[in-house]
Amino acid sequence: MTELLRTFTAELAVIGSGMAGFAASVFAVNRKIATALTGNSGALAYTTGYLDLLGRVDGSTVAVTDPWQALENLRAAQTRHPLSRIAAAEIRSGFDEFTSFLGEGGIAYSRAGQRNITALTPAGTLKQTLCVPATMAAGPRAFAAQAACVIVDFEGLKGFSAREVVANLGDRWPGLVARRIPFPDMARGEVYPEVMARALEVPATREKLAAALTSVAGQARVIGLPAILGMHRPDHVHADLQRLTGLEIFEIPTMPPSVPGVRLRELLEQALPARGVTLIPQHKVARLSFDDEGANLDLHDSFGPIRIRAQAVILATGRFLSGGLEAHPDRITEPLLDLPVTQPVGRADWYRERYTDVRGHAIHRAGIEIDADSRPLGQGGRPHSERLFAAGVVVAHQDWIRSRSGAGIAIATAYKAVLAAESYLRESPGKLSARA
Amino acid sequence: MTTTLETEVLIIGGGVTGAGVMRDLALRGIHCVLIDKVDLCAGASGGNHGLLHSGARYVSTDVDAAIECRQENERLKRLAPQCIEATGGLFVGVEGDDVGFAENFPGLCRRAAISCDELTVAEARRLEPQLSDRLVKAYRVPDATVDPFHLALANVDHARLTNGSIYRSHTELLRFDIADSEVRAAVCRDSRTHAPLVIRARQFVNAGGAWAMNIARLAGCRDVDLLYAKGTLLVNHDRMTRHVVNRLRPPGDGDILVPGGTVSLLGTTSTRVENLDQIAPTIEEVDRIVREGAAMIPALAGARYTRAFSRVRPLLQGAGNTSDRAASRGFALMDHASQGLANFCTVTGGKLTTFRLMAEKAADLVAARLGKQQPGTTATVPLPIGDAGRWTEPGAAPRHWYKLNNPADMILCECEMVPQSAVNQIVATAPGEAAPAMSPPGRPKGEFRSAQHAGCLMSLEAISLRSRIGKGPCQGSFCGIRVASYLYDTGYYSDAAGLAYMRDFFDERFKGQRGVIWGAQAAQMELAEALHCGLLGLDALEAD
Repeated sequence: MTELLRTFTAELAVIGSGMAGFAASVFAVNRKIATALTGNSGALAYTTGYLDLLGRVDGSTVAVTDPWQALENLRAAQTRHPLSRIAAAEIRSGFDEFTSFLGEGGIAYSRAGQRNITALTPAGTLKQTLCVPATMAAGPRAFAAQAACVIVDFEGLKGFSAREVVANLGDRWPGLVARRIPFPDMARGEVYPEVMARALEVPATREKLAAALTSVAGQARVIGLPAILGMHRPDHVHADLQRLTGLEIFEIPTMPPSVPGVRLRELLEQALPARGVTLIPQHKVARLSFDDEGANLDLHDSFGPIRIRAQAVILATGRFLSGGLEAHPDRITEPLLDLPVTQPVGRADWYRERYTDVRGHAIHRAGIEIDADSRPLGQGGRPHSERLFAAGVVVAHQDWIRSRSGAGIAIATAYKAVLAAESYLRESPGKLSARA
Repeated sequence: MTTTLETEVLIIGGGVTGAGVMRDLALRGIHCVLIDKVDLCAGASGGNHGLLHSGARYVSTDVDAAIECRQENERLKRLAPQCIEATGGLFVGVEGDDVGFAENFPGLCRRAAISCDELTVAEARRLEPQLSDRLVKAYRVPDATVDPFHLALANVDHARLTNGSIYRSHTELLRFDIADSEVRAAVCRDSRTHAPLVIRARQFVNAGGAWAMNIARLAGCRDVDLLYAKGTLLVNHDRMTRHVVNRLRPPGDGDILVPGGTVSLLGTTSTRVENLDQIAPTIEEVDRIVREGAAMIPALAGARYTRAFSRVRPLLQGAGNTSDRAASRGFALMDHASQGLANFCTVTGGKLTTFRLMAEKAADLVAARLGKQQPGTTATVPLPIGDAGRWTEPGAAPRHWYKLNNPADMILCECEMVPQSAVNQIVATAPGEAAPAMSPPGRPKGEFRSAQHAGCLMSLEAISLRSRIGKGPCQGSFCGIRVASYLYDTGYYSDAAGLAYMRDFFDERFKGQRGVIWGAQAAQMELAEALHCGLLGLDALEAD
């Protein structure tokens, strides 16, 4: 039996459904480019909901309060860093465009400001970030104002302890206390954030939770909770709970895979097809080839082979966790096109002796090289194809973990890659004619 | 203020030998304090493949050692079955291995009275389907596996229950007070808080393993002469075989695969080193072990490895004034009489398999010097089955959880299925920093209270050492956070020290991961680091 080949055509194919791939698709549909998005979307569920631009300077333990100034310094110190190669105005436009899209989909974000926001973590440590979802915004505000606040956790929810948050933050936030309550109608056994979040989409559950929160608030006017306030309409759930309690309420991210990450994924998987994006999620592109007329992406799902025919391609395949890079005992490779990977000489140099060394590990700076137009370089240092662009952390010369810049690199490089792809598509006669 | 402890015997070094001496003396009614500058099995005791030798490995090089192993193997299987899995062992030759060695092997085993059955190649591969199709020879011997952590914990706990003997972790020896040819006291400090502590005793036993030479020198003894051999081992993510599989050739690199619970250990290399600290596997060693192991079991070439670790074995140089040479091949017991000391001895060298015998010989000497006539009983008294070491056994925590059947008792370590109630028990009962104080017979109650480490809580590392937490595929990256969170919840951790414990635990686990981060481990590591550093900021704790 031969399986039928299904073929999709697009002007732009985006490979990779993490933050960079989704952001690239958002930028592309906003520019009316016919877009197909494919690739495994696992990594997005690992995000916290915070959108970091630059929270630390590599090798320093000092928190960055003004990320734009820090970017200027980065430009001077690390010329090959992907963020050094993108103008601040473009980075800001990318953040604004991406967060607007999310806001229209039901997850409102604070606008990128001049300064970082000091945000909370589930361990009661602090983290510098640029944009936070509306459901989390009251936390940093209350911390800055040192307002009396109750951190609430739930019986049966492991991995989030209000007492831990208070134990570690209490010396810098004296008015902070911890309370534990049962989650409505889930009084026995283990409870899970996703299940709680979906339960809170139901008004009756919200009313019961509101009553429980009111009873533990005491004199405090602000309540912090693990991130469980709804899955599809978090802004609505959040606003309704504030209305019911008369209190300011905020979420703190939980351990991944977390509700805020799943929310983003589900929103984008819904909103992008609604805007005309061809979405083929959870399948890995097995082969990518280029010919004179365009690019072919070949993949396979349970119904058989699929081919996406596109004029341009954005490679946003991520690093080791997402399969954009592969680590072998003797070297690091880029598996889809076997692009050259800039990397340390040998495995002995990948990691420093100490795991939490503040200077980070050389392996994180490995990655593919791109030119000024975001085109990945192939053998011989020339662009692999004029049709190929790259975005996200697959690109070399950055350590998004130590510099707290994962979302920043994803959004900024996606923005730049889409602009470059758009200009390529427009310059080439006939490429965008189908839409005109 | 300096705390002073008094006991009859101070034992320095919490490896299996020190733990064995402690139990042996306790069973003779002699009170002991055991100290370690880190914790139980921090040296070679905890860093070997956990093989309970049948003796067959030594038949070609040292028949006395082979016989000793055979006897101790049989004894421990009878007396401490809870610490042992009677896996059986295979010796296998592949194409290209020395045929003469293989032909002589059964005869050599017979000489040491070690049972050795020849298997056909087809039988061997039926028993162990992962064996190479280039197999030419196979024998079955009574090798087994032993859990050194369980063994040490159970020995220490039996000593505590017997006569209130005390184990103290994180107690670092600084110097000895010596007068009139006698050691009077050991001047120590808490290795974490630097709080001073003096331990007075009538007898002092140096069971420092690779550190024994350094400890002996603190007592002015120049007769302990050790060479250091670094051994490196890999932990394979899967259990590849039911039996221990040995290469049928003279002892060499990468010649053994030892199953343990759901994983396998592959080793070993041997390299001379000068320095005892800063020991880590090299990339070259890791690659060599994989290459050699794959000759016996080809699947090892592409297998997933979760850890690589190195420890230092002490090798004896010259014999010293060994008191019982005939029975002590491979280990040394020195009474240091020639060094002008009458109450200090050193026991070092040897093997995990023969730890009980070494401990017995040392205890004989100490008891004689104390004028106690009661003989040792560890050759006949079974090691009690208790709570102390039970959590180190793979499967113990899930069985316990299943039996309790309490939906509120949540699993904290999902790889190894360790629930909250198990963590409670480990913190409350496992030997170590929080061990309940008991007075030795004839001494007023409360005297040994001072042995408690005031203000020092059990770290995540200490909990992990006493359980399976962090030993699974995620190597603690998720459960470390959950366990810490739980301990904050219970109020056991109450300040930023818990964050430091978390960081130190991940740093410690990483030492074993560093050499094998490729394939799936690279993805795992990236996620872990994004979580620990990117989100929680454990790389910048001092700054916040």
